[in-house]
Amino acid sequence: MLGKLNWDAVPWHEPIPMIASGTVALVILGVIAWVVLGGHLPYLWREWITSVDHKRIGVMYVLLACVMLLRGFADAVMMRSQHAVAFKAAGFLPPEHYNQIFSAHGTIMIFFGAMPFVIGLMNFVVPLQLGVRDVAFPTLNSVGFWLTATGALLVNISLVIGEFARTGWLPYPPLSETTYSPGVGVDYYLWAVQISGVGTLIGGVNIVTTILKMRAPGMGYLRMPMFCWTALASSLLIVAAFPILTATLAMLTLDRYLGFHFFTNEAGGNPMMFMNLIWAWGHPEVYILVLPAFGIFSEVISTFSSKPLFGYRSMVAATLFICIVSFTVWLHHFFTMGAGADVNAFFGIATSIIAVGTGVKVYNWLFTMYGGRIRFDTPMLWSLGFMVTFVIGGMTGVLLAVPPADFVLHNSMFLVAHFHNVIIGGVIFAAFAGLTYWFPKAFGFRLHEGWGKAAFWFTLAGFYLTFMPLYVAGLLGMTRRMQRYDFEPWHPWMIAAALGTVVIAAGVACQIIQLVVSIRQRDRLRDVTGDPWDGRSLEWATASPPPTFNFATLPNVSAEEPYWEIKQRAREQNKLRDEPEYEEIEMPRNSPTGFVCAFFATLMGFALIWQIWWLVGLGFVGAYVTFVVFAWRDVPEYIIPAHDVALLDRQNRSARKDALSTYAGPAE
Amino acid sequence: MTAADITRGRPTGPDPYRVGHSSHGHSRAPGHGEGGPAPKRIVVAYGFWIFLLSDIVMFSAFFAAYAVLQGATAGGPTGAELFDLRITAIETACLLASSFTCGLASLSVEARKPLWFYAAMALTFVFGAAFILLEIREFIELVDKGAGPTRSAFLSAFFTLVGCHGLHVGAGLLWLLTMMAQIFAKGFRPDIVRRFMCFSLFWHALDIIWVALFTVVYLLGAGA
Repeated sequence: MLGKLNWDAVPWHEPIPMIASGTVALVILGVIAWVVLGGHLPYLWREWITSVDHKRIGVMYVLLACVMLLRGFADAVMMRSQHAVAFKAAGFLPPEHYNQIFSAHGTIMIFFGAMPFVIGLMNFVVPLQLGVRDVAFPTLNSVGFWLTATGALLVNISLVIGEFARTGWLPYPPLSETTYSPGVGVDYYLWAVQISGVGTLIGGVNIVTTILKMRAPGMGYLRMPMFCWTALASSLLIVAAFPILTATLAMLTLDRYLGFHFFTNEAGGNPMMFMNLIWAWGHPEVYILVLPAFGIFSEVISTFSSKPLFGYRSMVAATLFICIVSFTVWLHHFFTMGAGADVNAFFGIATSIIAVGTGVKVYNWLFTMYGGRIRFDTPMLWSLGFMVTFVIGGMTGVLLAVPPADFVLHNSMFLVAHFHNVIIGGVIFAAFAGLTYWFPKAFGFRLHEGWGKAAFWFTLAGFYLTFMPLYVAGLLGMTRRMQRYDFEPWHPWMIAAALGTVVIAAGVACQIIQLVVSIRQRDRLRDVTGDPWDGRSLEWATASPPPTFNFATLPNVSAEEPYWEIKQRAREQNKLRDEPEYEEIEMPRNSPTGFVCAFFATLMGFALIWQIWWLVGLGFVGAYVTFVVFAWRDVPEYIIPAHDVALLDRQNRSARKDALSTYAGPAE
Repeated sequence: MTAADITRGRPTGPDPYRVGHSSHGHSRAPGHGEGGPAPKRIVVAYGFWIFLLSDIVMFSAFFAAYAVLQGATAGGPTGAELFDLRITAIETACLLASSFTCGLASLSVEARKPLWFYAAMALTFVFGAAFILLEIREFIELVDKGAGPTRSAFLSAFFTLVGCHGLHVGAGLLWLLTMMAQIFAKGFRPDIVRRFMCFSLFWHALDIIWVALFTVVYLLGAGA
C-alpha cells in the first residue's frame, strides 16, 4: 500500500535532524497559523499563489531562493564546524550524516538557491527592461515556479522522512547505483531535481521567447540592456543543456528502478558516460548562473558610475562567445579520467580561452567606472567586491584548467575553494547586488543602506577568511568530502575557515535585520518617482511598484539606454513627455493551474521515491486533469479600462513632475 | 498599425515579414528587429518550437548514449540479430502516413471544416496507435527472447531511446484526443487553433526524430 514507506523512515533517534526539522515544522506551522488566523489567506491566494504576473512570480522565486540559501548555509556551518573539531576525533556528525549534508548543501545551493534567485531576477526584470507587459507564457511561468518549489519541498522532506543522497551533489555512479546506495536518498535527489528541472526548462523557454519575440517597438537587439542579453544567453543555455540533465538522470533512474545497465559496472554499463553527460549539462549550468550575474553587474556598474556601459557591443559579443564555448569545456571536470594527452590538451586550451570572454567583461566594467561619477551604494559595493573576488577565482580556475596541475589539485579542497570563489563571488554577490538594486522597483521602498553595507563587509571579509584557508589546505593535500582527518598541518586552516563562517553568519544576520528594518522604516525609504538610482533602462520609466500592466502605453525606443534618453529630454526641456492617449489593456487572468499542478507533482514525486505506484497514477491523472481544466476555460483575459490606466499613470507622472522641478542638474 | 493591434495579434497585412528581403536588424515587422511585440500566433508557435528543440536535445543525449553503448552487448544479442526491418518499415510507413493526415487536419482547420478535421484526426490516431502497437509487439518479442533491457547496456540504451520516442507518440495520442474534444466543445476559436498548431508541430517533430532513429538504430544496426 505504501511502497517502501514505513515508520522507520523517520530518524527518531538522531537528534540533529529531529531538532532541525522540528524547528522548521514549528516555523512553518507558525507562518500558516498567522496567514490563516490573520485572514491573509484569501489575499495570498488571489494576489500571489495564483498570480501569473511575472513580477509577483519573480518575487516568489527570489523568496524561495533566500529561504533555501539559509538552509544551505546551515549545512555549510555544520561542515565547517565539523572540520574544525574532527581533527583526530569523530566530531559531532557521523560519516553517513556528514555525507548527506555535503550532498544536500551542493544540491540545495545550486538547484534551489542560486537557480531560483537568478531565474527570479530574470523574470522580474526582463519584461520591464524590454518595455512589455508580461512574459510570453504567463500561466506556464507560474507552473515553472511552482514545480521548482516542488523540488525544493521534496529535498527538504528528505530531512524528516527517509534520507538524502550520500553521493555528492552530482550522483556519480557506480556509487549512486542501487548496489551501493540502496536507500531512497538518491531517489529523492533524482525526482526533486527532475521535477524542478522541468520548471527551469519552462522558465528558459519562456524567457527566450519573450526576449526574441516581445520587445517594445523600436527595441532592436542592439538596443537591449545588457541584462536582457545575458538573460537571453543564459536561457538559451537552459534550453540546450537542461534536457541533457533530464536524459542523464532518467538513465540513472532506469538503472535504479528497472535494472537497466547504463552506468553499472556489469553488463557493459559505462560509468564514465555519466560523467561526460552530466558535465555536458553541468558546465553550461555554471554559465547559466554566472551570465545573468554579469548582466546584473553591468547594469549596476553603469548606473552607479553615471555612464553608459563601456564597450556595449563587445560585451554582447563576449556574452554570446561564452554561451557557445561553454559547451566545449566539460571534460575539464575529469581530466583524470584518462582520455589521453590530446583530449585533455584540447579541453584545457578551450577552458583557458573561455576566460578571455570574461576578461573582456572585466575590462569593460573597469572602463565604465573610469571617468564616471561613482556612487558607492550597496549594489555598487557588491559589484566592486565581485570584481576583485571573481578575478582571483578566475585565476585559480585557469590554473585548474592546466591538466598537469589539475592532476595534483583535483578532488582537493583547492577545488572546493575555487568554485566557491567564483559562485559566491560571482553569482551570490550578483544576487545580492540585484536584490538591493531592484528591491525598490518591486516594493516601492529602498532597503536600508547602513545594514546593507554592514552585510556586504561582513560577507566579503567572511568569504576571504573562510575560503583562502581552504586553498591552502588543498595545496597541503587535503581532499574534499572528508568526515575527519589526522593530519596536523590542516587543522589551523580548518579552524580559520570555521571562524570565517562565523563572520559570514554575521553578514547573513545583517541581511535579515536589513529586511526587517527596511520594512519598518518603509515610509522613510519610500521611492515615489519610480527611479531611485537615476537609472538608465526602461524598468525605471514606470512606477515603483509597477502597475500590473507595467507600462500604460508601450514605450517607443529610439536608442540604447532608452530611459536615460527620455529622462535627458525631459530635463533639457524641463517638462515630461505629453500625456499619451490611454487605451484599455488586456491582461491574462490569474490561474491556480501552477499551484494545483505542483501539488500533484509533489504527490507524484513523493510516490515515485517511495514506490507507491497507485499514488503515482493518481498524481499523473491529477496533473493531466488540471491542464485539461485550464485548457477548457473560456475567458483567459480581463480588461483594464482606459480610465483606470490613466488614473495610475497620472499619479506616477505627477511624482515625476515634482522630481523634475527639483532637479538641479547633474551632481558633481 | 497601432501598438494595440500588435498586442492583440490582429493580422498585419499579407507579408509583414518581407520574406526574402534583408532588413539588417531594423525590420519594422512585429516580433522582428524594431517592430514591437509579435502577434500571439507567432509567439505561441515560436515558443513551442523552442520547447521542441529542447526535446530534440534530450533525444540527442539518448542517441549519444546509444552510440556509446551500441557495442556493449555483454555477450548478448546484437542489433543485427534482433532487428526486423520489415516490421520497422511498416512502423515508419504508419508514422509518416499519420504525419500526412495530420497535415490534412491542419488544412481543414485553416478551411474551418469540422468534419474533415475529425476524419483526418481520427486517421492520424489510427496510424499513430498502429505504430505504438507494433512497437509494443516488438518490445514484447524481444523480452520473450531474453533480450530485454536488463540483458546488456546496448539493450538498455535501445529500449530507452526507442521507448522514449514511443512515450512521446503515446502522449501525442492523448493530446490528439484532447484536441478533438476541444474543437468539438469550443469550435475553431483562435486560442484553440493556436493550440492545435502546437500539436501539429509536436506530431511532425516526432517524425523527424523517428527518421533519425530508424536510420541510426535500425538501418545501421541491422546492417552491422
